[in-house]
Amino acid sequence: MKTKIISTGLALGLAMSGSVALAEGTLNIYNWGNYTSPELITKFEEAFDIKVTIDGYDSNETMLAKVKQGNTGYDIVVPGDYMISIMIEQGLLEKIDPNTMENFGNVDPKWVDVYWDPGRSYSVPWQWGTTSFVVDSEVYKGDINTLALIFDAPPELKGRINMLNDMNDVINAGLRYLGYDRCNSNREELKALTELLIRAKADWRTMDYSTIEKLTSGDVDLSQNWNGASMRARAQRPSLVYAYPKEGFTGWMDNVAVLKGAPNLENAKLFVNFIMDPENAALISNFASYANGITGSAPFMKPELGSAPEIVMPADAPAPDFVPPCNQEVVDFYNKIWTKLKQ
Amino acid sequence: MVAPADISPTSDSQKLARARQIDARRKRNTRLYLLLPGLVIIGLFGLMPLSITLVYSFLKPGSYGGVEWVFSLDAYVQFFVERDIFDDTLSPNWAYISIFSRSIGLSFGATLGALILGFPTAYYIASKPAHQRNFWLFLITLPFWTNLLIRTYAMLIIIRDQGVINLALMNAGIIDKPISILYTDTAVFIGLIYSYLPFMVLPLYASLEKLDLRLIEAAYDLYASRFKVLTKIILPLAKPGIVAGCILVFIPGLGAYITPELLGGGKKLMIGNLIAIQFGSSRNWPFGSAAALILMAVVMLALLLYVRHGAKGARHG
Amino acid sequence: MAKRFDLRRQTGFSEIAWFCLFALYAPILMLVVFSFNDNRSVVKWTEFSLRWYYEAFDNDGIRAATAISLKLAFVSAFFGTIFATMAALATTRTKPYKGMYLAYAVINQPLMIPEIVTAIASLSLFALIKQLTGVTGIGYLMLAHTVFTIPFAYMPIRARLEDMTLTLEQAAADLYAPPTKVFWKVTFPLLIPGIVAGAMLAFVVSLDDVIITLMVAGPGETTLPIFILGAIRRGITPEINAVSTILLVASIVFVAIFFLVQKKRTK
Repeated sequence: MKTKIISTGLALGLAMSGSVALAEGTLNIYNWGNYTSPELITKFEEAFDIKVTIDGYDSNETMLAKVKQGNTGYDIVVPGDYMISIMIEQGLLEKIDPNTMENFGNVDPKWVDVYWDPGRSYSVPWQWGTTSFVVDSEVYKGDINTLALIFDAPPELKGRINMLNDMNDVINAGLRYLGYDRCNSNREELKALTELLIRAKADWRTMDYSTIEKLTSGDVDLSQNWNGASMRARAQRPSLVYAYPKEGFTGWMDNVAVLKGAPNLENAKLFVNFIMDPENAALISNFASYANGITGSAPFMKPELGSAPEIVMPADAPAPDFVPPCNQEVVDFYNKIWTKLKQ
Repeated sequence: MVAPADISPTSDSQKLARARQIDARRKRNTRLYLLLPGLVIIGLFGLMPLSITLVYSFLKPGSYGGVEWVFSLDAYVQFFVERDIFDDTLSPNWAYISIFSRSIGLSFGATLGALILGFPTAYYIASKPAHQRNFWLFLITLPFWTNLLIRTYAMLIIIRDQGVINLALMNAGIIDKPISILYTDTAVFIGLIYSYLPFMVLPLYASLEKLDLRLIEAAYDLYASRFKVLTKIILPLAKPGIVAGCILVFIPGLGAYITPELLGGGKKLMIGNLIAIQFGSSRNWPFGSAAALILMAVVMLALLLYVRHGAKGARHG
Repeated sequence: MAKRFDLRRQTGFSEIAWFCLFALYAPILMLVVFSFNDNRSVVKWTEFSLRWYYEAFDNDGIRAATAISLKLAFVSAFFGTIFATMAALATTRTKPYKGMYLAYAVINQPLMIPEIVTAIASLSLFALIKQLTGVTGIGYLMLAHTVFTIPFAYMPIRARLEDMTLTLEQAAADLYAPPTKVFWKVTFPLLIPGIVAGAMLAFVVSLDDVIITLMVAGPGETTLPIFILGAIRRGITPEINAVSTILLVASIVFVAIFFLVQKKRTK
């Protein structure tokens, strides 16, 4: 009996393990969850007769932890800007030289010489956006383009604020409000920051990633938020306005890159070239509501994306601030502040 | 269970002793075979990861996550002693102490709550006619086939300020303005009970189902009250189930973090979050490993004491 | 029958049981209601619509994730329960023996340590095994799930076995029944309620697991919880509610048939 069970188990295990064979004509993509346009994938599959699997991760760090251990079986990942520079430094990405590819000419020149991949030898733009905050203009009628709404909340917003549950997003916003540098290790400045955050936290209701539900259900009237998510929230609560605070706000870009030792390297390169086509890049944007960094894609995009105040920045807004990865000393400081804040 | 026939003439007592010996050996072997699959699979895929964790906890954090292969006790020191980032003074690490004690308190409360609700439920199910019991068990577990995140979102609809409960109470004229439950520790407490109730009900049911009715009958014959029967007969008999249920609620409750985050609003860390962020944006795998091991040591110790005590209690009873 | 019911009755217990049932189903009811919401919100009602059911049927990602979740839960609950039953038989109803507490601790080890730590460490271990053997696939995920379902199945079974009197088994043994026969004819039937409870718990914990799955899963192995986790930032749509409702209805129908058949047979 027992041996039967065990042998059945082994047989079953072996049978299952053969199911993801590394056959030709496949491509395994590891992207942020619910971020890949199904239309784009179908189009790619039909054009090249390649079977694509897509899996999702919830954070850059989850993806990094898996990739670092090796043998994930994935070909393509879509890390954020700072994560690209970490992964290049750690030798986790394949140098595929997208800058020599056929469609590279479509990449908007301002996204070519970026700090995380100067000249684009490893990665190409997927989508980019900003992280600022969104506020209900019927609840708060004053000037919204200042971080004071978060750190010195006016009476009507006290207890009605959601912050992202993200160490870097919260700390960077605080540093901007105080006018200090990012990746800061100045103890005096960090002390002031800690005091500011602890004081401001009393006015925050929640710290959570599910910003859309919080806003549309009326739990909060202001939320730190990504621009695309703000647009989705506005569709259900039209009085929401996305702020471009004068103290500055975060810019980010997710980039398509190929893992070192990718089992389907050639297919992966095909995909990288494929998404630099304006028509295909537009499919990406239409699905996830962020800008894509490919020139000439606008005519193929949904009209509402072209006019959305979350995506089209006003001329007087400060430039988005792309924050490189901080060194371990700074991260250790940030950890202590974060634990103190949330103890 | 009978000893092989012995040809040589020996005394009965010798025969008996021999038979007992063989019997004992056979029992030992059976025991070993029964334990083997579980131990092997957990040994390989539970204890090996645990050993890896142990090793990690004595190393230095690698840049951008991972570990650097240099021996260090920093992770443990960091847990107990805090070096002030502003003036370098040393002090006990109150942040971690407060996070640990809040988690333990909430989980303990939820265990108690689950027991108070779960025991009568399990008892009621066990007292149903035999063919209805499995159906009831199924009714209790069915909601849990729906993903935790989705269930938690559904709970938000019920307990939020403009939620179903508040609207109902206000319509009934019981309250004038909504009671704020959501994003408080109360919400976390309710959420934990909700998430882990079946973990309490099912083991309790397993041990109550075999309740010997003759004992209860005898007690009533001796004019015991219903309450006496409950406390003096039913509860002691259900002890193994109570222990099992409490373990299955308390320990996962300690490590829980999705429920506390969504219902509690995420403004405070639980042990689960504290450990999880070390493997994420905090990039301190050794500290995450050390904190997890300290938590495990505490839980393991409590559990072993409990089992030893429980086993003794059962033998005497 | 009436007399037996009287004996077992405790004041207020049935009310509490019904309250629990009600409380457990209230959120589920909300979830079902919102699966028919026309709006893309899972928290704010607009009007009735079936659009999310169409979208869910159309969504290959959700369909595949649901199938993988169910497959994984069935396999791991099946093996987890068998191993747990065997271990429970070996660790109860005997005098404490050398190594019993150790065995007990090992069986419960997966419970003791926060999931994220097991997840990271399993990730390292599996990566190494993959490197050495070249074997990939869903087998790793099944192994990892089986490991953590064992203690959940073990607890109710152990609770059932503890204090279970040896009288019947001894009587059978005295009648020269071979040990395997004693087990299948006497012990096993008595154990069934514990096994059912244990298997249900194992199934549920496997179905709901997020963190270990997230770390261990390979290409094409996204489960429903992982899919939902990934969707949080972009806003969860009632599609997920629709899928949950379908699963719920399917399992109710399935189990109702099972109980009806069983009832007929016992009659």
